[in-house]
Amino acid sequence: MTVEMTTRLGSLTLPNPVLTASGCAAAGRELSQFFDVNELGAVVTKSIQLRARSGRATPRMAETPSGMLNSIGLQGPGIDAFLREDLPWLARHGARAVVSIAGSSTDEFVSLTRRLYGNRAVSMIEVNISCPNVEKRGEVFACDPSAAARVIGAVRRSADPRTPVFAKLTPDVTDITVIARACADAGADGLSLINTLLGLEIDVDRMAPVLGGVTGGLSGPAIRPVALRCVWQVHQALPHVPILGMGGIRSGLDALRFLLAGATAVSVGTAVFGDPAAPIRVLHELTDALEERGFASVREAIGRAHPQRAMVGT
Amino acid sequence: MHLRDAEIFSVQKIGAYVQFTIVAPEIAERFEPGHFVAVAVGGPDTAMILRRALAISDATPGAEFAGTVSFVVAEHGPGTRWLVSQPAGARLDVVGPLGRPFPLPSRPVPAVLVGGGYGTAPLVPLARGLLASGTPLEVIVGAASADRLFGELMVRRTVGTVTVTTDDGSAGQPGLVTDALPDAIARTGAQVVYACGPMAMLRAVSQVARDHAIVAQVAVEESMACGVGVCMTCVLPVRGDDGRSRFVRSCVDGPVFDGGRVRWDDVGRLPADLVGADAMGGGG
Repeated sequence: MTVEMTTRLGSLTLPNPVLTASGCAAAGRELSQFFDVNELGAVVTKSIQLRARSGRATPRMAETPSGMLNSIGLQGPGIDAFLREDLPWLARHGARAVVSIAGSSTDEFVSLTRRLYGNRAVSMIEVNISCPNVEKRGEVFACDPSAAARVIGAVRRSADPRTPVFAKLTPDVTDITVIARACADAGADGLSLINTLLGLEIDVDRMAPVLGGVTGGLSGPAIRPVALRCVWQVHQALPHVPILGMGGIRSGLDALRFLLAGATAVSVGTAVFGDPAAPIRVLHELTDALEERGFASVREAIGRAHPQRAMVGT
Repeated sequence: MHLRDAEIFSVQKIGAYVQFTIVAPEIAERFEPGHFVAVAVGGPDTAMILRRALAISDATPGAEFAGTVSFVVAEHGPGTRWLVSQPAGARLDVVGPLGRPFPLPSRPVPAVLVGGGYGTAPLVPLARGLLASGTPLEVIVGAASADRLFGELMVRRTVGTVTVTTDDGSAGQPGLVTDALPDAIARTGAQVVYACGPMAMLRAVSQVARDHAIVAQVAVEESMACGVGVCMTCVLPVRGDDGRSRFVRSCVDGPVFDGGRVRWDDVGRLPADLVGADAMGGGG
């Protein structure tokens, strides 16, 4: 028996539910030395911004138990170079591209969205709202339901109607379902859960923070239970909203856990740093894991761990 | 580039270091001096999720036997501690060859090679290659103390002579490799210096090369998460062909850089004139 692996993220149908994660695969090119990027559900790009950004001073990384902290500061060449080089490369290689966008004001997000309008190489937009909002003294958009809703609403209105818009949320909030609902009400076609958790590491020899940026984003298997909890809670609160689940996935069974908690697809992120072939390996392991459990399709597995009452949204 | 489950062929203790030789024919065949491998540590269920980047110190492409590559490990944390405990016959998860190797001049020009600590490792095959192409060369190896030296004997066997320096005078001349470098450049008429070692040494070597108006090709050891160009953690500020500086990745744009292009004073900082530094005000 073969398992039907197709899945849907809003209006987008993907051949399978395993994607890369933003910031963990650049724009796919480097990983194509290890596997065909078009075999994945999609490639999620590094967050693209209007202008070139240098990123932060080094050190930018600290390995922590079952995880790592990063403080890259969204280094990237800006959207012009992205549209000129990276996006055409993905299209030429038959990869579906989920374009992650980041900005420091609603206007910047809107300008980025307009630049992507009508581009057939863009399968979906993931809005990275875990960025500081310069119009609100640097408060992170995704920590404030009204700021999150304003950005997501503006992006949805200015995006090509055929392109699904997903909001990527931070887990560093009191109740993630509040932000999730605000984004869904503002028009998000789905939610990407979760971004990194804010963390800190201290060098005991220098007696100072390890990272140049002091704090950094924690990722890797250490955050998987937090990510699963967020997917679970949001699926329970908003059972009809598609979820792209991520956070510490490094095996097919990890991916299955996210589907069972309510994700419709998953992103493999930090695992790529330890195993550049991780996304394709996770896809094969997930396919086997579904088959072993008698699932005929990915669809049957989505949300299966929830008690039945949760499925109807109580 | 290859990902493989490689058998450890031999483990050899050399001073404070451990040299591994692993069976990896695909890596051996494509090896050029300056390439590195990224080795997973801790075993399958480890909490250490990142690979360790290690310069290749030797490669023997297969003929009668399967090809092998060697690398040198200095124990300085839980990951390298695990690695040095692995015996011959055990298997390692290895990706390679990675990085841009040392660029070689189109025709042989005199060269000086400078290695600090186990940074001498990639210079041994480089010396062998340069000698085979008829390049006149000298080699300087240095370290803080005698037990931190690496490759002295291998270099002596390959090149015939070697200049040794130690900070504490426990072997060779007391002092730094850069104390011995100007004389070596003068003796050989060197037009290029190849170096690998700690950042402070590479910076000093680049300065000496600059003072002599010759090229320095230096292999850096930056902390890396992925080693394949996707994570953006291993960046250095480097001046490009257009005269503008950018943060570039040590793993795929290096680890070998033109020492005159690296902005050594700004390593660990964000200089205001870097491309895209003006966009950092908003954080993110």
